[in-house]
Amino acid sequence: MSQRYNHMFAALKARNEGAFVPFVTIGDPDLKTSEAIIRTLIEAGADALELGLPFSDPVADGPVIQAANIRALKHHITTQQCFELLARIRADYPDIPIGLLVYCNLVVANGTSTFYQRAAAAGVDSVLIADVPLREGVRFIPEAQAHGIAPIFIAPPDASDATLNGVAQASEGYIYLLSRSGVTGANDAVAAPAEALIQTLQNAGGAPALLGFGIARPEHVKAAIAAGAGGAISGSAVVKLIEQHQQAPETMLQALAEFVRSMKAATQGV
Amino acid sequence: MTQSSQETTRERLNPYFGDFGGQFVPEILLPALDQLEQAFVDAQQDPEFQREFQHLLTTYLGRPTPLSLCQNLTKGSPVKIYMKREDLLHGGAHKTNQVLGQALLAKRMGKQRIIAETGAGQHGTATALACALLGLECIIYMGRKDAERQQPNVFRMELMGAKVVPVDAGSGTLKDAVNEAMRDWTASYPTTHYLLGTAAGPHPFPTIVREFHRMIGAEAKAQILEAEGRLPDEVIACVGGGSNAIGMFAEFIDEPGVRLTGVEPAGKGVATGEHGATLSAGKPGVLHGCRSFLMQDDDGQVEESYSVSAGLDYPGVGPQHAYLHAIGRAQYTSVTDEEALEAFQLISSHEGIIPALESAHAMAYAIRRAKESDKPEILVVNLSGRGDKDIDHVRRILAQRGA
Repeated sequence: MSQRYNHMFAALKARNEGAFVPFVTIGDPDLKTSEAIIRTLIEAGADALELGLPFSDPVADGPVIQAANIRALKHHITTQQCFELLARIRADYPDIPIGLLVYCNLVVANGTSTFYQRAAAAGVDSVLIADVPLREGVRFIPEAQAHGIAPIFIAPPDASDATLNGVAQASEGYIYLLSRSGVTGANDAVAAPAEALIQTLQNAGGAPALLGFGIARPEHVKAAIAAGAGGAISGSAVVKLIEQHQQAPETMLQALAEFVRSMKAATQGV
Repeated sequence: MTQSSQETTRERLNPYFGDFGGQFVPEILLPALDQLEQAFVDAQQDPEFQREFQHLLTTYLGRPTPLSLCQNLTKGSPVKIYMKREDLLHGGAHKTNQVLGQALLAKRMGKQRIIAETGAGQHGTATALACALLGLECIIYMGRKDAERQQPNVFRMELMGAKVVPVDAGSGTLKDAVNEAMRDWTASYPTTHYLLGTAAGPHPFPTIVREFHRMIGAEAKAQILEAEGRLPDEVIACVGGGSNAIGMFAEFIDEPGVRLTGVEPAGKGVATGEHGATLSAGKPGVLHGCRSFLMQDDDGQVEESYSVSAGLDYPGVGPQHAYLHAIGRAQYTSVTDEEALEAFQLISSHEGIIPALESAHAMAYAIRRAKESDKPEILVVNLSGRGDKDIDHVRRILAQRGA
């Protein structure tokens, strides 16, 4: 297993900071711009990356990230191209944790083991499969571990203690904690991050929790960290900037850098 | 209503059919699926629930449906074709059976809001009528393209009090409507039941849908024994998602002497890529909550299906069909648009029955079998729906050809 998440959380803790983790869909709006976007996110201060492989049927995503998937697939982007892009990023940034957020059919289409092997070769640290709950995850965990990939599971806000314990046991690297039910999207107010959930996960010996869904403003990041989360993941708010400025890549990259800097600043000294 | 028990030690149904099935949904939906499974298990053992369901099946839907022998189509062939007349059911197709069952389950769980997906509008219409009957709020997700093509069905649903929500995402067809219904459900499950329309989706849907359609095969079995004094040689049904077929097959799976045949839509021909023959031409994958066969590209991106018949136009298929296919218990063949259209006309002109285009696929195969066989065989075909909904569509196609 790579130690990148452990190292990141340790380093952040030493600086009294939380993690800010932006999410984008690989290939949105096209492969070349996407690579520039990812580099910009890192340079602007992202602590880790959560990256989506575009999929035809993203059922866990709201309209903003659905549109990102559609934009990426319009250019007939392949999984191979996504892994090649990741390998280039990894070559230039050896330390940043990179997580993949994928849908199950992309993992199984050419054999689960092959998928994890390709992900590991591209320098990926973790894989979260949006439509694989813990119950089905048991088939995937050993395959992930065999290739040194951390399996990530989602802790829902209304989960039973049994589920939270299971998620804490099975997840390595970090735990994806949902701020609310529903699909991804930045339109709703974030529910108060549940200290109790985070406490349960920690008591179960779980990796640090990253809070996701609806993280759109610096105060959301602050609140997440204040509640005991290791940091926050912001997807739709980032992707919205890509959508808004897709005709003007330079402006887009500036807007993204600014956004990341403001969100990162909110992780400091909470 | 009834509180479903949440204790950890409880009867659990098997979520898998061999390697197929399962619960491939975001973690957050599992409590809703568990609650549904528990409600279903309880309801199956609850005489009161069964009595209410049976009562509605009889007095509202018009069960049992007859089994009709083809009088003219098979002239000159030693083969007899019997049609299970689900076209005579209220709503015009088999779909209303399981919709009523699930709507009663929703009430049992205390859920007042129903969401459902629909392609051409058949499942949406069935859901709307059940919700009107039982006083439930009804939201139907329908691809925008489909909603535009099927204006009369949109109006039908609205007449019965449903709210039809057009879905723009993706291709604007059935699979996108399913995606959207699932998205709604991940936020609304405490108060909302997702009334899935076919024998696919995450467990327990494939099992619930099969059990609430099981009477199709059970009645047919009793009726053929009554008419012929023996079981049929072959039982035939069309397969899109596979609900009418699994309802027809369920009672015959353990009868090794009965051949089970599912007929998939070959569209413009399987070789053209424009088809919906998932089992014949797809490969295993995960979509809409279950592992089954799937039309997909090399990377696992789901492909668009195509069929002249909207009810068969789906790139996935129910997991139990994938299993029956894998173990060889059922065979799956396909019929083109062309053959289905021909059967549509033949059944109309020879038997005085206008079948749904979906059911015309099953009949096209049966007619082919009758032509080729020189043995006195008995075939039972599920005539799963009536063709009124297809009249305009078929008329336009035939007019374009100058037929």
